Amino acid sequence: MPGYSDPGFDTLALHAGAAPDPSTGARAVPIHLTTSFVFESSDHAAALFNLERSGHVYSRISNPTTAVLEQRISALEGGIGAIATASGQAALHLSIATLMGAGSHIVASTALYGGSQNLLHYTLRRFGISTTFVKPGDIDGWRAAIRPETKLLFGETVGNPGMDVLDIPQVAQIAHEAGVPLLVDSTLTSPYLMKPFELGADLVYHSATKFLSGHGTVIGGIVVDGGSFDWDRKCADGTSKFAELSAPYDGFHNMVFTEESTVGAFLLRARREGLRDFGACMSPHTAWLILQGVETLPLRMERHMSNTRRVVEFLAAHPFVANVGHPMLPTHKSHALAEKLLPKGAGSVFSFDMKGNREQGKKFIETLKVFSHLANVGDCRSLVIHPASTTHFRMTDEALAAGGITQGTIRLSIGLEDPADLIDDLKRALKAAEKST
Amino acid sequence: MYFNVNGHETYCYTGGKPFDPAKPTIVFIHGVVNDHSVWILQTRYLAHHGFNVLAVDLPGHCRSAGEAPASVEDAAAFVAALLDAAKVQQAALVGHSWGSLIALEAASRLKERVTHLVLVGTAFPMKVSSALLETSLNEPMKALEMINVFSRSTLAPPPSALGPGTWVYGASMALGRRVIASNSKVNVFHRGFKACDSYANGEAAIAAITCPVLFVLGAQDQMTQAKAAQPLIAKARETGKQVEVATLPVGHHQMTELPDATLFAIRDFLRR
Repeated sequence: MPGYSDPGFDTLALHAGAAPDPSTGARAVPIHLTTSFVFESSDHAAALFNLERSGHVYSRISNPTTAVLEQRISALEGGIGAIATASGQAALHLSIATLMGAGSHIVASTALYGGSQNLLHYTLRRFGISTTFVKPGDIDGWRAAIRPETKLLFGETVGNPGMDVLDIPQVAQIAHEAGVPLLVDSTLTSPYLMKPFELGADLVYHSATKFLSGHGTVIGGIVVDGGSFDWDRKCADGTSKFAELSAPYDGFHNMVFTEESTVGAFLLRARREGLRDFGACMSPHTAWLILQGVETLPLRMERHMSNTRRVVEFLAAHPFVANVGHPMLPTHKSHALAEKLLPKGAGSVFSFDMKGNREQGKKFIETLKVFSHLANVGDCRSLVIHPASTTHFRMTDEALAAGGITQGTIRLSIGLEDPADLIDDLKRALKAAEKST
Repeated sequence: MYFNVNGHETYCYTGGKPFDPAKPTIVFIHGVVNDHSVWILQTRYLAHHGFNVLAVDLPGHCRSAGEAPASVEDAAAFVAALLDAAKVQQAALVGHSWGSLIALEAASRLKERVTHLVLVGTAFPMKVSSALLETSLNEPMKALEMINVFSRSTLAPPPSALGPGTWVYGASMALGRRVIASNSKVNVFHRGFKACDSYANGEAAIAAITCPVLFVLGAQDQMTQAKAAQPLIAKARETGKQVEVATLPVGHHQMTELPDATLFAIRDFLRR
């Protein structure tokens, strides 16, 4: 598709990585449900295994359908390539495990999805990787938390569920001054609302289960490399900061990944080691389902945001609502930053606090009919949950407070229904809650 | 590995195999805002199939020190010095875009020291529009976007240099940004384009070479259109050279848009 300018976002959402199938003429992306791919010859087999030629060997490492999704999300993010994984959590783990081992350190935002917080705070600590948590807006705190063994800074574009907007340009600058990359979880914003690479991030991952898929049908994740970080950087003592990428790797032909690819060393190792050894790959059928969602991502995100604006305005004016935590409101602590970094909107997942007690909160959720009470976000259907008792239940009150969550916080994920029906549903449930004392 | 060439550390990728001067050697020369990594698939394969490979970062580009070449002639002199530094008596030269002109000029000077010449995505004259030249000088990132669009022929390339899942549009942009950033003293983008634009010795050089020559062209190449290589092809034939032409259904980035077809064209030519 040669042209005179870069293809636009909507075009890429439909075409990046896919052309009519040359053997059948199929216009839609075919689902290649096969574990393995026949070698043309012994030489072809050896060349594929040794990265002398590019192609598919075994679907844990790569698959043609999955590769279309990887190219498409890379294109939408402005990256150089991607690796699709079994879940968003697998994408986070793959990113971390590719860059570090025991003895390494991470600086992470306090405003994280509960599963991510758990991985960093409990699970990775067991494997010798420690994390210091910093409030996302505490810029001096990010800088102060960095140690010689720090290998990564990590946060969410918009923190879950308090909607703290991460100041990516500032945090990226701090990371780069320290010679480490910035990884961001961009699940809640999707590339439609924000392209973190343009703001300075080095690696981006998504729970593709959410907005990328959009239909609440599959679990998947994807990590994208911006190709910007120089993995050859040295420590002050002259040793390699990221020897995993810049020194010979005896687990794969003594390959020096930074020599093989000036910009793609991370992806080379993540696929050749991470998918091979940890094995948290994506099924091609899942990739295909997510691709169906990605094709309409710009249309859906536009509707998600217009519906969200209507619902936020309604809740903010309701007498039984104490607080609405969406950055579109001037009262939100991230309002100014959101205006700057997220001009199309700061997402459709947000929280609010009702006046009243826990029982009234329970009544509210149980009265809702259009909103579904479940543990997910980014569905085309509107969703509701009580974070303190579900997604973030392992966190202490202190950790909850650091993440902007109270016992009375209710999280909404605004879907694509008629906005009037969403407001009617909320109005009815708020009334029932108010009367339930 | 590194060689000392003209007093400067010069990086050459050897395809994942130790440098062995006893094997036939191929020198790969990249184009403007590129480095050795654009040849990864072709070089790694050939290094594991009987050849000695040196994919160089030109001086002032990425891992190589020294003054970035200001002309095709300067760069050709560097290639000769590289062969001397590596103690390589004879080599095949493979160049892409600007690198093809460098390979051509070097082959014309080195005569029998060059066994084969492969010109990928070539043209002569290799004129660069004044608008693009000016943009590369004053707004290099904008110019990078322009040439990236002109260089690509498809939004759906086959599995490429980083393996399946690579978005070659983005990979080229990231490499271009890295190459430009690698030289804080000189705008290597503008300098390279100017060198292409001002090179005038192409027809004389092709007449002077003593080895067979292969042209690997892109049927959809908008940077160096296949028709723009015809004067060189005609001159080579007119002067009795052994000429082969492989026209691939691809844009200007033959090595990443059709890596296997590009590899096989080079491999089969070198084996003859």
